[in-house]
Amino acid sequence: MKLLRMKPGHGEIILAEGDVAVPEQERALIEAFRRELDAGMWAAVPTHAPGGRREAEMVKSFDDVPRDAERVIFFPRAAGGASRATR
Amino acid sequence: MALALGTAAVVLIVLLWELARPVLKRLLVRQAERSSQRRLRSGSAGYDPGRERRAEQRARALLRSCIEEADWSMYMDLGFLRVWGALGEREGAAGAWALGRERAEEHPYAYLIYPHKPIVAYLPATGELLNEYCVAFPDHTRPYGSARLPDSDDVLAKWMALTADERTLIGEANMHLPGRQVDPDRVRRDLARLAAWERERAVSCDALEPGSVRAA
Repeated sequence: MKLLRMKPGHGEIILAEGDVAVPEQERALIEAFRRELDAGMWAAVPTHAPGGRREAEMVKSFDDVPRDAERVIFFPRAAGGASRATR
Repeated sequence: MALALGTAAVVLIVLLWELARPVLKRLLVRQAERSSQRRLRSGSAGYDPGRERRAEQRARALLRSCIEEADWSMYMDLGFLRVWGALGEREGAAGAWALGRERAEEHPYAYLIYPHKPIVAYLPATGELLNEYCVAFPDHTRPYGSARLPDSDDVLAKWMALTADERTLIGEANMHLPGRQVDPDRVRRDLARLAAWERERAVSCDALEPGSVRAA
């Protein structure tokens, strides 16, 4: 499993990578996961819906992440954008 | 008397200047050093087109790995993504997708996602524009001086948040009537381009299907 984070001026960076079946690596993944949530990031897991359609699932704790997920993507939490007209 | 006082004042001023001169000199040198350091810092964190282009390439690769191939083509060809609204989705819409026959009539509404612009909601059946949802994903750590994600990361963030938790994203956004930030004429033109693009794809897909080959 890879934990990725979107970053301005860079694209995504790999925060942590490991096998959830290996306790030490899982601990490292959990720590990195918590750090990002504590920093106010949102986390999403790209998934396939029944029928194969691609979707995403928001996760709020490491327990919510499917064990077979390949990636968790962190991105800054949404904020209401500019209220001025800037057409 | 006046001459003596004047002379004393001049001597006093000269003495004070001599005393203050080293201190002022040190202050000026320190100020110059600070401003040159500031210039260097802003130079390293300022806008770098090469870095931004590489960031966008990475973001595009990530976006492509997460969305449907058809959606990726849509984004590359048209510059935006269409996401069907899932709240109140009619029965059979998911099944229709699985069969590759997803149609506008099966979804009561949809969104257009533009990079770094509000999400536009519309009615696919009539093309009527509903609302603009102004939402951003600012990274306050500003790693290179800017809080703005690469374009394709912004699109992916909106896509993930919409497909995963539409209600929360829409709740966080500032809602406006159409035309607040995105030109409605432009959106209508984009919807017409999207319809033409889909027709073209349908024709080319039909041509590729083995069963669709007509006898000459």
